[in-house]
Amino acid sequence: MTAISLRGARLSYADRVLWDGLDLDVEPGEFLAVLGPNGSGKTSLMRVLLGLQPLSSGTVTVAGGKEAIGYIPQQRALDQSMTLRGRDLVGLGLDGYRWGLGLRHRRERRIRVDAALESVGATRYADEPIGLLSGGEQQRLRVAQALVGDPTVMLCDEPLLSLDLANQRVVSELIDKRRREAGTAVLFVTHELNPVLPLVDRVLYLVNGRFRVGTPEEVMNSRTLSELYRTPVEVVRVRDQILVVGAGACEEQTHHLTAEAAS
Amino acid sequence: MTIFDLLGIDFVQTALIAAAVLGLVAGVLGPFIVTRRMAFAVHGTSELAFTGGAAALLLGIGVGYGALAGSIIAAVLLGVLSRRESDRDSVIGAILAFGLGMGILMLALYKGRTKNKFGLLTGQIVGVDSTDLKLLVVSSIAVLAVLAFIYRPLFFASVDPDVAISRGVPVRWLSIVFAVLVGVATALSVQVVGALLVLALMITPAAAAMRITASPLRATLLSVLFAETAAVGGILLSLQPGLPVSALVTAVSFVIYLVCRGIGAVRRRSA
Repeated sequence: MTAISLRGARLSYADRVLWDGLDLDVEPGEFLAVLGPNGSGKTSLMRVLLGLQPLSSGTVTVAGGKEAIGYIPQQRALDQSMTLRGRDLVGLGLDGYRWGLGLRHRRERRIRVDAALESVGATRYADEPIGLLSGGEQQRLRVAQALVGDPTVMLCDEPLLSLDLANQRVVSELIDKRRREAGTAVLFVTHELNPVLPLVDRVLYLVNGRFRVGTPEEVMNSRTLSELYRTPVEVVRVRDQILVVGAGACEEQTHHLTAEAAS
Repeated sequence: MTIFDLLGIDFVQTALIAAAVLGLVAGVLGPFIVTRRMAFAVHGTSELAFTGGAAALLLGIGVGYGALAGSIIAAVLLGVLSRRESDRDSVIGAILAFGLGMGILMLALYKGRTKNKFGLLTGQIVGVDSTDLKLLVVSSIAVLAVLAFIYRPLFFASVDPDVAISRGVPVRWLSIVFAVLVGVATALSVQVVGALLVLALMITPAAAAMRITASPLRATLLSVLFAETAAVGGILLSLQPGLPVSALVTAVSFVIYLVCRGIGAVRRRSA
């Protein structure tokens, strides 16, 4: 069964079309990287999959529904004095959206949270104040938070941003391990393909309402990207890295669901 | 009179019960208020409770109801007007100043006893009668019941809004509902410690608790314990020397805060 399915999907705000006629099937265990410049609708695509943003037209289906989605946000500095431990953050991923105090099934809850912490190697610092942990440790906890609900789909929104290389590797390997072991489909929004290139099955590249889906070889070449950007773009392979020259495609960007929800 | 004679007096007992109820509500709400950075909002809301109380005094209705109405209106206004976090401070400042001015105007127009006027600002717990107590208890139960219902999503939205939104938690609605809960609790506290000193019960105990633990559950339990100690302890200490209740409540609360800061600092250094 397909994990994510979009048919004739269109998203537009007023007179601006972010994308139109988007047909996309993501299979269980597949790793799909979503690339594109700022404002090309990457975060909006996430919001559509999360059910926060209705499509202008077309259909979207996520296997298992909204509750089967694990979401990993960008790493962001947390308040050092925050009264929160890693274990609490992971627990919120399990049932934080449910009403009530959650006094029942506490034992089962603890077992699942412990297992998720263990699976990302975060048991050692699970009871420390989360604000005192390093960015890499916090982001491992984010992976556990997304995994604890046993998702069929993982949506990763620039999860490696502001991590050093070693931690980028650790976090992306944890995501990779999950999709191999449990067949979880991964939709990975990023502006930097290289850190996850060995893991990527297919790429969805969005530019100004145009898009292309295919393997990295099919999409990440000078001809395709020049067509997408409508300006000459040079794609160079250096060892196992892909360098894109002349598209302004590697710009820094930050976006948050909250920021968009508030505006 | 000894302290035991004083404890036998009706209005002292009423005051102690009122303080205990308030301590519980303030202690439970406190960690959320601190996490959501709403200390200034609480202060603003309490000033508007004063305005509502002053209006009620002028109109000849119960001060308690006036304070309640003022706080709730303030909470909803703050929730609606400050959609962006960056706006919040200035919106509160603007509303607070206007509300306080109106309150002073209404007190100036009021021809009754001046003791009633002063009480709104500094509290007059010994003036709490059984009708007030009933309102206090009923409102407190309502606040705690609503809070119990929204507890998990509210906690999620407070500490991790991005992921909470992704899970479909109605973050905006929760923040308005919570502001109303804070408004009700503030209006209740105004009766006991007065508008100027509400922070001593709503913020200080939680801020103290959060200095010494990272567990949300433990922080809430400690916050309740500290708020109870400050509220009930403050009254007991004030009885014999006949000092103002609010002065002692804030003093106890502040001492607890200093001690907790100290413990937190020592721990962090040794960690």
